[in-house]
Amino acid sequence: MTDVATHRRTGAPRVGESAPRPDGVAKVQGRFAFSSDLFAENLLWGQTIRSPHAHARIIDIDIREALSLPGVHAVLTADDVPGELHYGLEHQDQPVLAADVVRYFGEPVALVAADHPETARRAAAAVVVSYEPLTPLVDSALAAQADPIHPDGNVLRTLTIRHGDLDATAAVVVEGTYEVGMQDQAFMGPESGMALPSADGGVELFVSTQWLHADRRQVAGCLGLPEDMVRITLAGVGGAFGAREDLSLHVHLCLLSQHTGRPVKMVYRRPESFVGHVHRHPARMWYRHHADTDGTLVKVEARLLLDGGAYASSSLAVIANATCFAAGPYRVPHADIEGTVVRTNNPPCGAMRGFGAVQSCFAHEAQMDKLAAALALDPVELRRRNALATGDTLVTGQVITGAAPVAEVIDACASHPLPDLAAVDEQPMMHRPGGAGRTADAHHVRRATGFALGFKNLLFSEGFDDYSSAVCRLENGAVTITCACAEVGQGFVTLAQQIAREELGIDEIVLAPAETATVGSAGSTSASRQSWMSGGAVQAACRAVRGRVLQQVARRRGVALDGLVLRDGIIESLDGSVRVDLADAVDGPIEETAEYHHRPTQPLDENGQGDAHVSFAFAAHRAVVDVDPELGLVRVHDMTTAQDVGRVLNPLQAIGQIEGGTAQGVGLAVMEELIVEDGIIKNRSFTDYLIPTTLDMPTVRIAALIEEPEPDAPFGAKGIGEPPTISSTPAIVAALRAATGLELTRVPVRPQDIALPRS
Amino acid sequence: MSTQSYRLRVNGADHEVAEGWIGESLLDVLRDRLGLPGAKNACEEGECGSCSVLVDGVLSCACLVLAAAAIGTEITTVEGLGAEGALTDVQQAFIDAGAVQCGFCTPGLIVAIHDLLDQDASPERLVVEEALSGNLCRCTGYGRILEAVDLVAARRSAS
Ligand code: FES
Ligand code: FES
Repeated sequence: MTDVATHRRTGAPRVGESAPRPDGVAKVQGRFAFSSDLFAENLLWGQTIRSPHAHARIIDIDIREALSLPGVHAVLTADDVPGELHYGLEHQDQPVLAADVVRYFGEPVALVAADHPETARRAAAAVVVSYEPLTPLVDSALAAQADPIHPDGNVLRTLTIRHGDLDATAAVVVEGTYEVGMQDQAFMGPESGMALPSADGGVELFVSTQWLHADRRQVAGCLGLPEDMVRITLAGVGGAFGAREDLSLHVHLCLLSQHTGRPVKMVYRRPESFVGHVHRHPARMWYRHHADTDGTLVKVEARLLLDGGAYASSSLAVIANATCFAAGPYRVPHADIEGTVVRTNNPPCGAMRGFGAVQSCFAHEAQMDKLAAALALDPVELRRRNALATGDTLVTGQVITGAAPVAEVIDACASHPLPDLAAVDEQPMMHRPGGAGRTADAHHVRRATGFALGFKNLLFSEGFDDYSSAVCRLENGAVTITCACAEVGQGFVTLAQQIAREELGIDEIVLAPAETATVGSAGSTSASRQSWMSGGAVQAACRAVRGRVLQQVARRRGVALDGLVLRDGIIESLDGSVRVDLADAVDGPIEETAEYHHRPTQPLDENGQGDAHVSFAFAAHRAVVDVDPELGLVRVHDMTTAQDVGRVLNPLQAIGQIEGGTAQGVGLAVMEELIVEDGIIKNRSFTDYLIPTTLDMPTVRIAALIEEPEPDAPFGAKGIGEPPTISSTPAIVAALRAATGLELTRVPVRPQDIALPRS
Repeated sequence: MSTQSYRLRVNGADHEVAEGWIGESLLDVLRDRLGLPGAKNACEEGECGSCSVLVDGVLSCACLVLAAAAIGTEITTVEGLGAEGALTDVQQAFIDAGAVQCGFCTPGLIVAIHDLLDQDASPERLVVEEALSGNLCRCTGYGRILEAVDLVAARRSAS
């Protein structure tokens, strides 16, 4: 028998420690294969022909010239789609290729495959599509009454929440209307992938995505193939943030590959990427808050209107979030809230980090500040007095049973010392509002702070069973984990190893590729759900393997099963008679598959009441800004945050999520907006769509990660990716309001909103 | 499309480009013809720095250089940094500091940071921010990346 003393584990990081990423070395060396890095012999390049109109009838598509160009192997239109003509995440309403009508600028109309990317681009330009332009419906406020622009109508969903006494009112009432512009996820790795025909007549697709099995269902449907003939493998993903939850080029690549019998690769260029994925829903929101003179919230009224653009995508779930969390993380006994998401000829909108909660948080936090001003109360104190806690009831009637350390989050963030900032005129030019040489007169610059609190649900809601699956295989002392969870940069691959080490005490954990053929669905990499759901599946699979190992040892050694423990890769009996290394304990491989489900949730009833959500996470931000009121320029100096995380599974990755999420909130606050005029996106480049650079990003200081374990969650850990994106934006705008005295009811706040305010 | 065959010198080795379309950027040729996909293609118009390479020692956006115009230059890509297979100190610091998430911006940043630290061994934070302001990262918010730069500077001055 092995001398176990020589088998002391080296102690690779377990749960709770800063384990390094398993893909880190390949990524820093440039060897990690992203979906745009793929290559195959005999490769063709695909290109998409897209609508230049926001709304038009297609009169004719003439492909003859394109097809006649040397090097062109296929030109396909809607007529070439063999299966379902439409796809969609929740609602199948989006054409694979537009047939008779185009409903948004950039909608795919035809496809080309050629032997060189430039040939493909030239062929795409040679496809002649004749359109009869139609008046685009671009005002979301008019959509419900307008003629339907789609057979399924213009109202995608209306959700009404009626809670408590709708006639209730109180001594202090504040009202406001707010707007959120269209934000883009702007991941760095463009949409890309490669499809290859497989021997059985099926197709093999390598693509960057957030949910492999949902892709397979939709791709197979459109190709008219059984699901097992469509094999999808995750190719390296260059960021996602919601933009890869819907299909983009998936079906197109497969169609071209099936048609030509050759491998086909496609890579969107940035201007195409800006029309090639869904965006964050623009929102218009009206609010009225009622409170007692001591600041106790009595009622919240709200009307939310989100612009879903041309197709449904995940709009139905986004409006549910915006509406359910419209009152903020506060005790609100009476609520009258209605949220509607409509279809227009604007670019389709869907998932983006924060998913509906971002929009309503901007509004409810502005309202809380307005209320504080009306009450002459400190804004932080007003929030503290109304903060939700475990046992409280949401406006949906759901009682919070899990961790809700909201007061702790508020206090940790608000009490953190302010940064030690140099005076404005001592700031380096680069750190003045607008950057070097822009600020007119440093003595006019005003500095202020702002505070905001936000929350959202974790995991899918409203009765959706978004399970995850994982396989754990123990063979010759080595463990392989197979899970179809899409690693998009968030670090699930690190966590999966940490969990397997924790459960089995083995350091070397191999991660098999994420693909549809080898394992069941892991659900989507979204909704802050993978640490919990796929983490839970990996944990359950490892525990099942451990159980079988212990059973075998108990049987063979004739000891009681409940007298055996596995610790650090060693199986020991309590009486000391057994002490064996896990690697030597069993002969032959042991493999177990686990499916992890969260506790069931319910749909919302006609009053928007029901236990629709599994769990909630909370975060607060405090921003310090400098503003040049004459030029409307802004410098965000500091973002301090505290977050409810349940438990920290990997400190370094947690910090990265919080810093990165905060950066996207900074972008929405002061720089990022897709400018859409008559349905046309005007700024489809990083020259014109600005995201924060090293010079724009303030230091993010984490005041506290509040670790109150979530009872249901594996290791007590809550997902952490989204909350930082929710409260960061309103904190900055609160600071801008404090600095300028302006209402600033719209994000992003533009220079003209400060320098040339209306009214 | 008019094509031409030529040679490029990349990472110390000569590479034959057979019948390349002369409109191909250096980035296209590195990635699609020479099997060197380390330089990335996040924008292809000089705005993101993901394609950063050194051309005759000068930090350049490979997407803005025509490959045929780089004939006769010494090109260094992320694949050519450090000794075969070994991590450079900047690469190691990226791992240690948690500066990698999706990693799409990473190779460009690694090249840019080597270039920066070769010129200034312990740059002020503001100098680092300015030097890297052309390298977009959407995942990290830059906090861990700046940390990684400080880590390299500290390790270099300690050794
Ligand atoms: S790809 Fe060259 S700068 Fe963006
Ligand atoms: S790590 Fe994803 S873009 Fe920087």
